Amino acid sequence: MKRLTLTALLAATFAGTALVSPAAYADGKEQYVPLPTYRVGPYASSGTLWWAGEIDYLRYINDVEGGINGVKLKVEEFETEWSPDRTVEVYERVKNGKDGAPVAFFFTHGTPATYALTERSAKDKISLIDPAGGQPEATNGLVFSYVFPLLLNYYSQASVGINYIAQKEGGFDKLKGKKIVTVYHDSAYGRATQPAVTVLAKKYGFEDVQIPVADPGNEQSPQWRQVREIKPDWVFLRTWGVSTPVAIKTAARFGIPADHIIGDVWAGSEADVIPAGAAATGYQALAPYPGGPEFEIHNRLRKTILEAGKSDLKDPKFFGAVYYNIGLINAALAVEALRVGQAKFGNRPLNGEEGHWAFEHLTIDDARLKQIGFYGLLQSIKLSPADHEGGGAARIQQWDGKKWVLVTDWIQADHALLRPLIEEKSAAYAKEHNITPRTLAGEN
Amino acid sequence: MSQSLSSPLLVLPDNNFRLFTPAILLIGFIVVPVTGSDYWLGAILVPFLILSLAGLGLNLLTGYAGQTSLGSGGFMSVGAFATFGLVVHGGVPLPVALLLSGLITAGAGLLFGLPSDRIKGFYLMVSSLAAQFFFEWLFQKFPWFYNYDSSGTIELPRLSVFGLDVSSPVGRYLTTLVIVVALTWFAANLVRSQTGRSWMAIRDMDTAAAVIGIPVYRTKVLAFAVSSFYLGVAGALWAFIYLGSASVQSFGIARSFQVLFIIIIGGVGSISGNFIGAAFISLLPLAIDHVAQHLFAGHVDAGLLQNIQKAIFGLLIILFLVREPDGLARLFKSFGERLTNWPLRF
Repeated sequence: MKRLTLTALLAATFAGTALVSPAAYADGKEQYVPLPTYRVGPYASSGTLWWAGEIDYLRYINDVEGGINGVKLKVEEFETEWSPDRTVEVYERVKNGKDGAPVAFFFTHGTPATYALTERSAKDKISLIDPAGGQPEATNGLVFSYVFPLLLNYYSQASVGINYIAQKEGGFDKLKGKKIVTVYHDSAYGRATQPAVTVLAKKYGFEDVQIPVADPGNEQSPQWRQVREIKPDWVFLRTWGVSTPVAIKTAARFGIPADHIIGDVWAGSEADVIPAGAAATGYQALAPYPGGPEFEIHNRLRKTILEAGKSDLKDPKFFGAVYYNIGLINAALAVEALRVGQAKFGNRPLNGEEGHWAFEHLTIDDARLKQIGFYGLLQSIKLSPADHEGGGAARIQQWDGKKWVLVTDWIQADHALLRPLIEEKSAAYAKEHNITPRTLAGEN
Repeated sequence: MSQSLSSPLLVLPDNNFRLFTPAILLIGFIVVPVTGSDYWLGAILVPFLILSLAGLGLNLLTGYAGQTSLGSGGFMSVGAFATFGLVVHGGVPLPVALLLSGLITAGAGLLFGLPSDRIKGFYLMVSSLAAQFFFEWLFQKFPWFYNYDSSGTIELPRLSVFGLDVSSPVGRYLTTLVIVVALTWFAANLVRSQTGRSWMAIRDMDTAAAVIGIPVYRTKVLAFAVSSFYLGVAGALWAFIYLGSASVQSFGIARSFQVLFIIIIGGVGSISGNFIGAAFISLLPLAIDHVAQHLFAGHVDAGLLQNIQKAIFGLLIILFLVREPDGLARLFKSFGERLTNWPLRF
C-alpha cells in the first residue's frame, strides 16, 4: 500500500511536470519579473497585501493592456521570509532570467537584502529597486550605480516631517525653540533619519531629542514618561511593527495628543493604527504611499481585476489599504521604467543594463500620472544618474478612526540642504570600497 | 548518541570505503568548481558549507562535551564583527583577521562558558541565551563596531586572500571549502585526542570523569572556547564570503536555533552529521521550493503554497527523527553497513 501511494505520488509529479509545457513562455517576448516575497514569518501579514497590490497591477498590465507594448510580464514569486540569506539565493537563481525571458531589475522587498546584494548587483549589472527604504546615501547614483532607493529616502522623510510641522506652526521662523522629540525603533532603520534631523535642528533652531525603543517595543512606559517630562511640541514616531500601536496607546495614556504625533512611512498603515483603537484617532503619518481605494487606478482595477475574480487579495476589505497601495505604486514604477527603456531600446524585453538605463531616466509627470490613473496616489518623479531617489515628497494622512484621510498635497523635502549630507556619506562609502564615482560625461 | 571512535568522519564503514574521503575531496576541490554553475557554487554550496562549519562548532560543545547552548548566533556575530573591526580599524589582511577573530570569539566563548561549572543541562542552555542577547545588543548599541555606518551594516571593502581576488563564486567557494576542510580535519582529530575523550567522558557522566582525574571544569570551558572558535569563523564567512554584508539581524536567535537543528537532525556527537544536517536544513526547503514552483506555481494560491512547504519541511523533520532519533548520520551509516553486506541482507 505504502509503495503504491509513493508510486502514485511520483506519477502525479511527472504528470504535473509535463502539464506545464515550456511552450507557454518560449516565444522570447516576455520580461521576467521575479518577486522575492514573504507570505510566511513575522512580516507576512503586511507582506501579503503588498504582494497582492503588486501582482494585481502586473496582472492588469498583462491581461487588460496586453503587456507593455505587447511584451508580457512573466511574474514569479519566491518565498524569502524576509531573510536576506534567502533573498540572496533567490537573486542568484533568477539573475540570468528564465526560459529566455531576461531580468531588467530586481525588487529586493527589504533593506537588509538590498545591502547584501549591493556588490553582487553592481557586478551583474542588475538594478536593485527598494522604494522608500535603503541607505539614504544610495541616492547618489554616481557611487551606488545599481541601487535605487526610489521615491523618498530617510533623510527626505525627516525633512518632509519638519516642513509639515513648520506649515502647521505657521512658518519656519516659528520652529525656533520648539521641542521635537523623535521616538525611534533602536535599529539601523530607526536611527537612519538622525543625521538629517541634526542638520535641520541647527538650521531652524529647534531642540532635537531622540528617544530609543528597544526591539520589539511592546512596553514603552519609560520612554513616554520621558516624553511627557520634556513636554514636546511635536513627536516624530519612527517605530516599526508592534512598537507602533503600542507607542500610540502609551502616548495617549501619558496625555500626548495623537494629532501632534507624526508617524513615519513604515508606521503609517492600517495595521499600525487599528490595534491602537480610539487612541489613534487624529494620528498623522507621512504618506509617499497614501491609503484609500478611491483613486482612478482603483476604479480600473475594481472592474477588471477584482470583480473579474483575478485579484490576489483574499479579503476585498483591504482593497486600497496602505500596503496594497505600496504594491500598486511599486509595480507602476517598474512598469513605467520598462516603458522608458522600451522607448529607447525597442519594444522587446530588456536586460539588466537596459533596465538600469531605464530606471536612471525614469520620468513620470502629472499628465502621465493622470493617464495611468495614479494621480494623487503617486508623486511626479524624475530620476537621473546622480539622483536615484527622484521624488522626495510625501503627503500627510490622518487617521479619523476608520480610514486614512489625506490632509495635504505633496510636501517636498529640502533637497538643497540634504544633498551635501548624501554627498559626504556616499564619498566615505566610495573611499572605503575603492569605488571611483561615475562622471556624467558620456552619459546620454 | 555515542559513536565508534575509529571513524567519526566517515559515513560509511572504513574497510570497504577507504577511498571515500579522498573521493569527496577530489569532487569538492576539482569536479564541483569546474562543473558547478555560479548559482550552485555561490548560492547553495557556500552557505551549506558555512552552516556545516557552524554545526560542527556547536556539535563539539553539545555532541562531544555535552554542554547545551543557544548562543551560537551570538558567537557567530562576534566572529563577523571582529573580522570587520580587524580589517577596517586595524588593516589586518583577511586570512589573519579570520584566524584572530576566531580566537577573539573563543575568548568570548570561554567567558560565557564559565557558568558551566555550576549550571547544567537546560539551565545552561537558558544561560547561553544571555550570550545571544548580549551580543545582539552590543553590536547594535555601539556604532564603533560597525564603523558608524548609517545602517548598522558591516561590509568588507575587498575580498582578497594573499593578494588574490576571491570575490567570484568559484573564489568564494574554494576559500570556504579550504577553511571548512581544514577545520573539519582538525575537529576529527581533536575528538579522537585526549581532549576529545575527556569531553566525551564528561558528557557521559561528569562525576565519573572527575573520579578518573579529568579536570572537569577546565575541560568544559575549553570546549566552549573551541566551539566558539568554530562558530566565530563560520560567522565571519557567513557575513563576508556568503552574504557580503551583515548586521546583527543576520545572527539572531533564529540562527542559533538553525544551528541547533542542524546537529539534532544530522546527529549529535558526529562529525559527518553536521554536513548531513546542514544539507537537510539549507537544501531541503530549496528543493521543496523548486519542485513546488515547477509544479504548482500559478495553479495554487501562493500564500497557501508557501505554508504547505513549511508544513512539509516540518513533517519531514519529524519523520526522520522518528525513524532514527540519533540523526541522519546514523541512518546513513546503517544504510552503508547494509550495503556492504548486500547480497546477504539488504
